[in-house]
Amino acid sequence: MSRRVLPGFRLSLGFTFAYLTVMVVIPLAACVAKAATLTPSEFLAAVWTPRARAAYVLTVGASLASAVVNVLLGVLLAWVLVRYRFPLKRLFDAIIDLPFALPTAVAGLVYSSLHVENGWLGQFLVPHGIELAYTRAAIVLVLVFIGLPFVVRTLQPVLESVEHEVEEAAAMLGASRWQTFTRVILPMLLPAIITGFALAFARSLGEYGSVVFVSGNMPFRTEIASRLVVDRLEEFEYAQATAIAVVLLAISFSTLIAINLLERWSQRTYV
Amino acid sequence: MTRIHLACVAAALVLAGLSGCSSEAGNSNSPAIELLNVSYDPTRELWKAINYAFTAKHEKEAGQALNIRVTHAGSSSQARSVIEGLEADVVTLAMWTDTDAVARAGLIDAGWESELPNNALPYSSTIVFVVRKGNPKQIQDWPDLLKQGVEIITPNPKTSGNGKLSFLAAWGAALDRGGSEADALAYVTELFKHVPVLDSGARAATVTFAQKKIGDVHLTWENEARLEVQEAQGELEIVYPSASILAEPLVAVVDANVKRHGTADIAREYLEFLYTEEAQEIIARNYYRPSKEAILAKHKEDFPEIRLFRISAVAKDWADAHARYFAEGAVFDKISEGSRGEQ
Amino acid sequence: MSEPHLQFVAHDRRAAPSASTTTGVPAAASTRTLVPLRQSTRIAARSLGTTRAGDLTSGPGLRARATVTGTAAIEQVSSARAEARDAVPTNDLSNWKNAQQDPLWVRLTLIGLAVGSLLLLVIIPVANVFYQALSAGLHAYWDNLFNDPDTRHSIWLTLIVAPTAVGANLVFGVAAAWAIARFRFPGRSALTTLIDLPFAISPVVAGLQLVLLFGLRGYFGPWLREHDIHVIFALPGLILATMFVTLPFIARELIPVLEAIGPDEELAAVSLGARGWQVLWKITLPNIKWGLLYGILLCNARAMGEFGAVYVVSGHIPGQTQTMPLRVDRLFQGYNTPGSFALASLLMLLALVTLVLKTVLERRTQRELAEAAKLHTVEIES
Repeated sequence: MSRRVLPGFRLSLGFTFAYLTVMVVIPLAACVAKAATLTPSEFLAAVWTPRARAAYVLTVGASLASAVVNVLLGVLLAWVLVRYRFPLKRLFDAIIDLPFALPTAVAGLVYSSLHVENGWLGQFLVPHGIELAYTRAAIVLVLVFIGLPFVVRTLQPVLESVEHEVEEAAAMLGASRWQTFTRVILPMLLPAIITGFALAFARSLGEYGSVVFVSGNMPFRTEIASRLVVDRLEEFEYAQATAIAVVLLAISFSTLIAINLLERWSQRTYV
Repeated sequence: MTRIHLACVAAALVLAGLSGCSSEAGNSNSPAIELLNVSYDPTRELWKAINYAFTAKHEKEAGQALNIRVTHAGSSSQARSVIEGLEADVVTLAMWTDTDAVARAGLIDAGWESELPNNALPYSSTIVFVVRKGNPKQIQDWPDLLKQGVEIITPNPKTSGNGKLSFLAAWGAALDRGGSEADALAYVTELFKHVPVLDSGARAATVTFAQKKIGDVHLTWENEARLEVQEAQGELEIVYPSASILAEPLVAVVDANVKRHGTADIAREYLEFLYTEEAQEIIARNYYRPSKEAILAKHKEDFPEIRLFRISAVAKDWADAHARYFAEGAVFDKISEGSRGEQ
Repeated sequence: MSEPHLQFVAHDRRAAPSASTTTGVPAAASTRTLVPLRQSTRIAARSLGTTRAGDLTSGPGLRARATVTGTAAIEQVSSARAEARDAVPTNDLSNWKNAQQDPLWVRLTLIGLAVGSLLLLVIIPVANVFYQALSAGLHAYWDNLFNDPDTRHSIWLTLIVAPTAVGANLVFGVAAAWAIARFRFPGRSALTTLIDLPFAISPVVAGLQLVLLFGLRGYFGPWLREHDIHVIFALPGLILATMFVTLPFIARELIPVLEAIGPDEELAAVSLGARGWQVLWKITLPNIKWGLLYGILLCNARAMGEFGAVYVVSGHIPGQTQTMPLRVDRLFQGYNTPGSFALASLLMLLALVTLVLKTVLERRTQRELAEAAKLHTVEIES
């Protein structure tokens, strides 16, 4: 574009670079440098303990599970909010964004107190053997809350842009409502669903504040990878903590790249 | 319209700023000496009382305002913070190993144990049980913990002094019953299978047990147990096992920091105050076992006689105990690996 | 990592046109409505396995590229409609007229499920916070919030940390958005990824980085100690941690807005002799003000609520380094459940205010972009 005409290219780019270097690149480099003080075998020993593996599996697994739930819930919510009219609809629409605005520690605090035996929901659930406090299910539940807006908000604009002619045409061609939904509308929503899924998943991977409140932090059972980093820190095992952090970085970084690719792919394939 | 909204946002920001300013004005203009005491989790109430007494005394005697802040968390986390540069003037941690870690980072001069009376130990404590009202699972002593369906709450031995002491108490009690090392290992392994939640600090574990009502028995500091039972107003009861470990929460001045702060004298005075009759009385009233025999005797009914074994019963010393049980890949790690996957 | 990703996606529809500006056609906005018309019959037919709607290019339905013009598409649809009218008996016409109408029981079930899940996931927790905060009475609530000096300080601290972090990221956001949206240069997309990075990093790791850099045993720690500069366990550490975590928000919000608006006005101003800062203050900032406010709002919400990163660098000194979320945690651990929920309710209140402002600003930004799109349409047509 007009590089020479518009002013401020050097200034803005220079400032951006300087800021990113100080805020992101140097800290990251410190992280990697610290982890590099371990020999490869030490590094492997630090990041590949059975406890660490269990934590990765839980972190990724719980994030996947919550993202799947969020897709189902997100399709439902987006559909209802775009297609139907009902009382207080705008209120319900607005509160979907609450998980964005709410400090995650508060979310964790409330969720952990809701599902214990004498909590608001726990008093009905626990007698039926549904124990949601301090289990893996509790982690998934709070992650569903945290990721709730992603799928809904990516789907809404797409669903709104589906012109009624598409459905009319489908109906004309003899499709039932269910067929229209599964074979016409759903495929149109697919790119947005994938993006929403990826966003919710990525968000869950990094979540800490709420999860430490609701999970029991039991090694091998309910300990997420971020928590393991803190644990290692508190045991004065700096290099090991950093090594696990680097693995986490690698996981999140590849997720980020995957999201960008997905976004590009879905932009290209869908219109 | 546009302007109105902008004005609203601006007004909100200004208001927020103003309210902030006014609250700051309230506590910024005190020229008091500041002391930072980095302590472990369940000592909140103790230090509140001690600080109140010491500040009053100091202000009366030296005519100088004193502001003591205390931070609480799992003992090992606290040690980490001090090592990383938290400006602690004194550390009053749960475990010898944690204070030792601070010393090894070069912040406390060697020989710190002999700097203060009674090997730097102004009070001791132990690990006891707290159970639900009426003791429904009939838990009287260590073996009862392994009964079918008993859930045990205790914090993470990796991060918490309480957790380490619970572990060592359980181990030592097994030996105390005449068992071998193998028996102790089997006992403790089984015990941790009964633990549904591993909180990072003693207080978090208390909240889990007392407020969230998870578990049947809580292994905790004696002082924490008394406080917990008191808070629960009849919902909880304390149970003394036949034997438990003698916990030694040592105190130390962080030499490197007080030198820079110029607080060496006052920090030392603060810790020495702990050995005075007045402070020992406060200590006893907060259910820590005072080091002064006379005060301990006076509060005898508060501290039932149980067999308290020293760390030497389970290891050479605290350092050896850490290496043997809690270091990376040591006994506790093996135990948690063994129980993995059993949800 | 949260809002901006979403924002990015939400903006996609408006950002997409500018993504295609390389071809010199800035706004697909005018043609956008036609696209579904053109494709609708084709998509429907393809998906249903018929070829009745006529001339279909090969490949799966969704990959059909736009090859026909808008008018042709309309003709196609109307001819398909006419065809359909001829083909089916008249009483079946309701079939397509009600094509978007679901049966009542379906509607009720779905609405019930949606409202029910929102009730369980969001509304009950919100109510619970206020219930627990107020359970000891209004007076106790007030006491818990404003008569505890440490809690008061935590509110004050958050009011310093969050705006400072937001301010820094605001300057950065405007600069980065200007560089990325207005210029093409090598490494541009790498830069965008770098800006996104803090989203993907666990806040705990963000805190750990600072400890590694500024901790007493870290790279700069000993030097800082010698010069008696406090970063970790002090205000600068809290601000740095918050800045890192909220770094991408404003930049991510502004880039698509700037791209959608396009550089025309700025170019005009420059050609009339305006200087750089004048362009910024008189043209660019007024043009993007709602998007900017929106970004600030999201950034601020996250900054005030940050937990994991500040948890690692705080040191938890009451009355010194406890921000509101940390204070909530500590109060809860100190047997003070009402106090903890009181402070949590304040954070909840902030979140709700944020939501209201967000809804308002969202509408504004949308209008901003719609106006920009309209402008482009006029240009193209003329």
